[in-house]
Amino acid sequence: MIRSLLVLLLLGIVTPFAIAREAQPTGDDPAVEQRLHKLSQELRCLVCQNETLADSRADLAEDLRREIREQIKAGKSDKEIIEFLTARYGQFILYRPRVTPTTYLLWFGPFVLLLGGLFLLFNYIKQRRDLVSEKPLSADERRRAEELLASDSAKETT
Amino acid sequence: MFKYLIPLALFLVLVVFLAVGLTRDPHEVPSPLINKAAPTFRLPQLKDPSKTFSADDMRGKVWILNVWASWCVSCRDEHPLLIEYARTGVVPIYGLNWKDKPQDAIGWLEDLGDPYVLSAADLDGRIAIDYGVYGAPETYLIDQSGTIRFKQIGPLTPDVWSGKILPMVQELNRQGTAR
Repeated sequence: MIRSLLVLLLLGIVTPFAIAREAQPTGDDPAVEQRLHKLSQELRCLVCQNETLADSRADLAEDLRREIREQIKAGKSDKEIIEFLTARYGQFILYRPRVTPTTYLLWFGPFVLLLGGLFLLFNYIKQRRDLVSEKPLSADERRRAEELLASDSAKETT
Repeated sequence: MFKYLIPLALFLVLVVFLAVGLTRDPHEVPSPLINKAAPTFRLPQLKDPSKTFSADDMRGKVWILNVWASWCVSCRDEHPLLIEYARTGVVPIYGLNWKDKPQDAIGWLEDLGDPYVLSAADLDGRIAIDYGVYGAPETYLIDQSGTIRFKQIGPLTPDVWSGKILPMVQELNRQGTAR
């Protein structure tokens, strides 16, 4: 028991290092690689679509990483590089779509739905409360109740 | 009664959205290059690397740039169509051989026939990046002024050729001669 726990513990310590080694940047300049990694995590690999450029092993992703690496070395800013890529591949390459009129629904739709839901919930609760709460009888109702009671007691006496 | 129809109506709206979504191909990403100037390049020709080919050489002509590679499976599917279309001579087809080994590419053309006026060899894929290529085959229709007018992602089909490309070529040629 203790031994298997120890093995597990050891595995827990060792595996993160094994993973970390695999993800280590391969280029020569660590600062460039770090920027490249950060940038390419924001970018979509167009071949595999649900992978970032940083994670993808597709040929095109490698070419694009090379392109980005060269542009970083040439002193381009992140914004310029993203501009370069969107001019060629469109906004689809961005994992975080820009806020433009065409993406308003995408960005704000969930909040609209949330507000709509809150509105419906509020209305529903209010309706329930009105149903449950005791309301004083109107004059009409009181008279009817008294009539009923009177006829009832009249019946009892007979 | 009406109250109970609301969820049904919402459900039907959802079904319509999903149905439309199913018929669309997520791999077809709209290209931002349509109606923009075709990126210029000068590349060695595949069959004769001592000569070059440039998009600028094609000024004043309507032409087609087809991105292909010998390693590309769909290119093989598309190939017979390209041969057929090249034979009609309606519009010249040029090839951009993408990240290929020249000897493989030349062998491919020898085996299957060569529909291209010539192919330019983009060995390291840099020009393809300029053209926003992400999956061969891709086909660009470029007009006299060097503007990209149409892009097909994936293999050409007879529908696309006769329904979209041919009418555009005819229209462009008509405008070109009228000018």
